[in-house]
Amino acid sequence: MKAPAFDYLAPTSLAGALAALAEHGEAAKLIAGGQSLVPALNLRLLAPGILIDLNGIGELKGVSVQNGHLRLGAMTRHVELERSPVIRQHAPLLAEAIRHVAHPAVRTRGTIGGNLCHADPASELPACMVALGAWFTLAGPDGERRVPANAFFKGVYETDLGPDEILTAIEVPQAGTNRRHAFLELARRSGDYALVGISCTAEMDGDIMARLRPVFFAAGPHPMVADHAASVLNGRKPTAALVQAAAAALADDLSPEGDLQISAHTRIHLARVIFRRAVARLVPEAGLDGPQEVAA
Amino acid sequence: MTPRPLSFMVNGETVRLLVDPRRHLGDVLREDLGLTGTHLGCEHGVCGACTIRLDGEIVRSCLTLAVQCEGARVETIEGLSDSGEVADLQEAFRNRNALQCGYCTPGMIVTAQDLLLRHPEPTREEIREHLSGNYCRCTGYHAIVDAVAATAAGRTAKGSAAA
Repeated sequence: MKAPAFDYLAPTSLAGALAALAEHGEAAKLIAGGQSLVPALNLRLLAPGILIDLNGIGELKGVSVQNGHLRLGAMTRHVELERSPVIRQHAPLLAEAIRHVAHPAVRTRGTIGGNLCHADPASELPACMVALGAWFTLAGPDGERRVPANAFFKGVYETDLGPDEILTAIEVPQAGTNRRHAFLELARRSGDYALVGISCTAEMDGDIMARLRPVFFAAGPHPMVADHAASVLNGRKPTAALVQAAAAALADDLSPEGDLQISAHTRIHLARVIFRRAVARLVPEAGLDGPQEVAA
Repeated sequence: MTPRPLSFMVNGETVRLLVDPRRHLGDVLREDLGLTGTHLGCEHGVCGACTIRLDGEIVRSCLTLAVQCEGARVETIEGLSDSGEVADLQEAFRNRNALQCGYCTPGMIVTAQDLLLRHPEPTREEIREHLSGNYCRCTGYHAIVDAVAATAAGRTAKGSAAA
């Protein structure tokens, strides 16, 4: 349970970190909060030649609102998402979701950038970013590029980030005033990895649902956008029967795997349960909470 | 692999030493500084026994590399005990028999104190949630939650008596 030997560099600028990354290539590993990386080192699942620590880089920190968009430095810690009034105002979905991420002592160190680049399929924040339509800024030797969240996540622990790139910031577009959100997760114990979870946004045009965007985690190799289910409800007045039909369509949207805790079949079942709960939460005025909850 | 010089504050004292980058803070506290109150259980961030305070926030010392603590302020159970900051929590744990083997207790106390500093009057649910990352394998959690709730009540009563 002790990490293998490695060298360590603590650059104080993004340019310095990129240069170190270019110099050391595949032997290098970036360390942000370290809450997934250090366990992997302690378990000797990884043996990098050198760690490049991003904690001393001021450019990667800070939460701000620019042109109405929320900008999160990649080194923003989970605890800041939890406590920041700016985030509660501009992205309440993140403030709600973050309480489901691990435990307080992990959230004080863990960073949003580290979490997103780790791309654990059971992780909450990637699904939130896809639901919010966030954009990621990646810095590399040839400058910056911007990638939408849903194109960033490629597979299990796999992202669009190149080996010579660093995620520097996350931009969450301004939400319309009638944007609503819901976040639900099922886990055996508080702070455990989700058995399945949903992060979704929607708008209501009177009593008609618009732009419902349900994104599941722990239901496939990366955040899974449930387009089929959403298309059943978008443009219509949500009723119990429609929600049921949308939940049925999740079979076409999700591709969960079974593991020691739970079978793929049960995951789909639970995804349907939390989908119905999420929609009921999105439109409390529709009175969808009720007997349909128990029918499966 | 080259050891690096590290200078940081531990329980109010400046400490300077050379550390290998691979070593986590928990090991350095225990082995180099003799502060064995910080217990190592799982060493991959699951059990919470190694919880300490880093710059005023609780962290897992097994998931924090010692070299990352340059210039930081670290407080361990020894520091919190010696200053008397957690004396009432410790007494409540004893009174309520909220420990058997005691291995999880330093982490529990550090985590509970963090909650009480931020939320002086937590509900039992909030206490359970805040302690959810700290495993106890002997008593179960009921007595621990009791002890934290009793401490919160005691501090609140003391606060209002003083006011």
